[in-house]
Amino acid sequence: MRHIILAALLVSISAPALAQMDHSAMGHSEQDGELPADYRDVETTPETGEPIQKYAVDAQDGAQKNFGLQLVHDNKVFYTLMGDRLEQRFQQGDNAALFDVQAWIGGDYNKLWLKTEGEYNTSKADWEETSVEALYSRNVASFWDVQGGYRHDFIPEADDRDFAALGVQGLAPYWFEVEATSYVSDEGDVSSVLEAEYELLLSQRLILQPRFETEVAVQDVKEYNIGSGITGFETGLRLRYEFSRKFAPYVGVSWEQSVGETKDLLQADGEQTNNTAFVTGIKFWF
Amino acid sequence: MTETKIKSLSRRQFIGYSGAAAFVAGAQMALPLPAWARVPGSQAIVDRHGIKDVAAKSLYNLDIGYAPFNVNGRTGRSTAINGSVPGPLVKLREGDKVKLNVTNSLMDTEHSSIHWHGILVPFPMDGVPGVNFGGIAPGETYEYEYDVVQGGTYWYHSHSGFQEQTGTYGPLVIEPKGEEPFSYDRDYVIMLSDWSFEDPETIFRNINLSGDYYNYQKRTVWDFFDDISDRGLEKSVNDRLMWGNMRMSPVDLADVTGATYTYLMNGSAPNANWTGIFNPGETVRLRFINASAMSTFDVRIPGLNMDVVMADGKAVKPVNVHEFRMGTAETYDVLVRPRQDKPFTIFAESIDRSGYARGTLSPQAGLSAPVPPLRPRPVRKMEDIGMMAGMDMSNGKMMDHGNMDGMKAMDHGKMGHDPSAAGPNGPEPFKPEGDQSGVVMVITDPKDRLAEPGIGLGKDGWKVLTYKDLVSDEPQPYSPDVDREMTINVTANMERYMFSFDGKKFSEHPGPYLFRHNERLRLYLVNHTMMEHPVHLHGMWMQLENGQSHDKIPYKHTLLIKPGEKLSTLITPIEKGDWAFHCHLLYHMEAGMMQVVRVA
Repeated sequence: MRHIILAALLVSISAPALAQMDHSAMGHSEQDGELPADYRDVETTPETGEPIQKYAVDAQDGAQKNFGLQLVHDNKVFYTLMGDRLEQRFQQGDNAALFDVQAWIGGDYNKLWLKTEGEYNTSKADWEETSVEALYSRNVASFWDVQGGYRHDFIPEADDRDFAALGVQGLAPYWFEVEATSYVSDEGDVSSVLEAEYELLLSQRLILQPRFETEVAVQDVKEYNIGSGITGFETGLRLRYEFSRKFAPYVGVSWEQSVGETKDLLQADGEQTNNTAFVTGIKFWF
Repeated sequence: MTETKIKSLSRRQFIGYSGAAAFVAGAQMALPLPAWARVPGSQAIVDRHGIKDVAAKSLYNLDIGYAPFNVNGRTGRSTAINGSVPGPLVKLREGDKVKLNVTNSLMDTEHSSIHWHGILVPFPMDGVPGVNFGGIAPGETYEYEYDVVQGGTYWYHSHSGFQEQTGTYGPLVIEPKGEEPFSYDRDYVIMLSDWSFEDPETIFRNINLSGDYYNYQKRTVWDFFDDISDRGLEKSVNDRLMWGNMRMSPVDLADVTGATYTYLMNGSAPNANWTGIFNPGETVRLRFINASAMSTFDVRIPGLNMDVVMADGKAVKPVNVHEFRMGTAETYDVLVRPRQDKPFTIFAESIDRSGYARGTLSPQAGLSAPVPPLRPRPVRKMEDIGMMAGMDMSNGKMMDHGNMDGMKAMDHGKMGHDPSAAGPNGPEPFKPEGDQSGVVMVITDPKDRLAEPGIGLGKDGWKVLTYKDLVSDEPQPYSPDVDREMTINVTANMERYMFSFDGKKFSEHPGPYLFRHNERLRLYLVNHTMMEHPVHLHGMWMQLENGQSHDKIPYKHTLLIKPGEKLSTLITPIEKGDWAFHCHLLYHMEAGMMQVVRVA
């Protein structure tokens, strides 16, 4: 009885397939013994002591294909949008909203990065300085990419600035995420920015992230209150909770200090030279 | 056993079945499980001896199509075969000419395919699109036809896109022509797999963008303090410094974990409790198949010893073990002899201890035994990945040898002959060429690790199977005289999710590797990564040189190679044509850890 039920079941399952075969089956007869178009027998026998031939000789250009198909696509192009810092800053003086958003598109070797960072004065409802960068990124080592491209700064109450950018981005030993970029402005002024981040896992989802940023200018650019040498640094500590890998609200503190000539220039102008902010925001990517 | 005993058991079983029907029906109602995978008593068609009495056939029709798949009350979309996940049992007979008609009913796909894993077939029948044929277009049927020249436990799966992740796999069992060197009363397939409700494209993207996306067992600050109290400050700091310098994680055990996977046994989630029935005193054959996309399983049945009698479908001299590790795509046949009239849990833990597949061997359906707790997630040590034991960062040894970019360029030239390696020379040292960003680490002194059970195993006080234990119990038709030697290096950059052989992703190789027809080739595999990789060769056997004499070296179609390990295999390429060679972790394969081998 069991066998009858089994047989009945199989007939019912296979019936559609069998019916279809009549008109659409690709008989294996077409395929029988059909080797790939670029297949060649190897005629020679290797001599003793001859180094081994590891690859077949009739290699083709680009990825290997048989029957017009590529087996796996290991150069997949991905794209992503990352909001590293989207935060409200509560600080001395005017409060501000800060955004630090990046996006890239590309594969393992070549990528196009777009980066933007800026502040909006929420007390005055006014834009502060905002920079936008477009960079071509090329991997040069296991953990490092070289990035080059263009940056534009939107500056309220002054002329916008344009820069050529060249830098490296990657993962330094001991898991520091590092970004170091040098800029040459349209006036020939040279400066460099270094950013480093680290992550400390308090739990699998509760993560403390120290962050450090500093800038160095080669020339004075008095128009923009920049003095040569180290212009200042910013250091922060953010504690986020990853509801998912892609969405994490955080709270933190950020401290900025201008130094050297830059500090003097700012002071002379009656501007703030240091700032402590309590921040709350979200980190996301998708 | 007395007549009365049998009668009483049967009677209780009968009651058990009818009672269990209601119990199991709730859990499994929506599961379109194939007959072989059903819990006895839960469905109309029950074979009380498992698949033992299922007749082998020489014609099968397999239709790959979308079907709802239910796990823990949630329904997802699977790429099922004849409507079920796993697919139907394909039972063949050695010596038969068989015909397998495979139809692609996934109308929105580029192609589908079925590869008969571990089966020796002529070139056009191996079923890898882009290697053996052009794939099966939607609505079309491909007629596979070949002579079955082997017996044993195997499986079949799609080799197109990520269909294997979403359910396109099933068991393939071949009745041998001759007698098997063991006997048994019942016969069950135990097919392990991993199911996710996430689209595999999403999983692949997530791990590409963030390699530790699914790892929720990373080391925390508190683990560091625990470590200090266990091992002392200096060792703990050095350990962090060494791993940090390499930018690798010692707890990177699985790329995709229980954070998204439900581990399945015969298509059933752990709480659905797949059950195989036995009568106390019987010998039960369990045909374990790791049909997962990305999971390594550690299998044990608390309370029962297992005799491993087959590895990858080929008979081995019985090895009595308590636990064995299965790389993706490996198969092991074990015999168990439960004497007590009670249920036993079949427990398959994932290597990173993030979850498990579970079922029960029971005198009657509806029973369950205690499920053991997951063991702590293991932490790799430097020695575990082939780095020198006791290498000390603080005196800068490693820095002297490595350039700043990871562990590369520790070039000592050809190492001296290592007596543990087969052959006169051992593996060719690996010198990455060209763009090396896909290679993070080069192990200059790979180890013979065949006698090691693997990370996280061997410290529980019970016997765990190792590759060293495998002694072939099959005829050896091939010559012991080696014609050529070749080394293939297993390489990767986890951070960029680049996986490769010899530092080249699939699309970067200048062409296929060349194996010569009917030569005797010694193939060395050296793993320069910090993870295990199940390396699979299509179309021919790899015979693992594990210290046995030539006529006793075991046959393997898939070899789980440990971090920092070198091993050697003997291969006789018996069929001309192109054959796939790849890591059987689906996303590693897709990321480039794949090559074509040309037999010419």
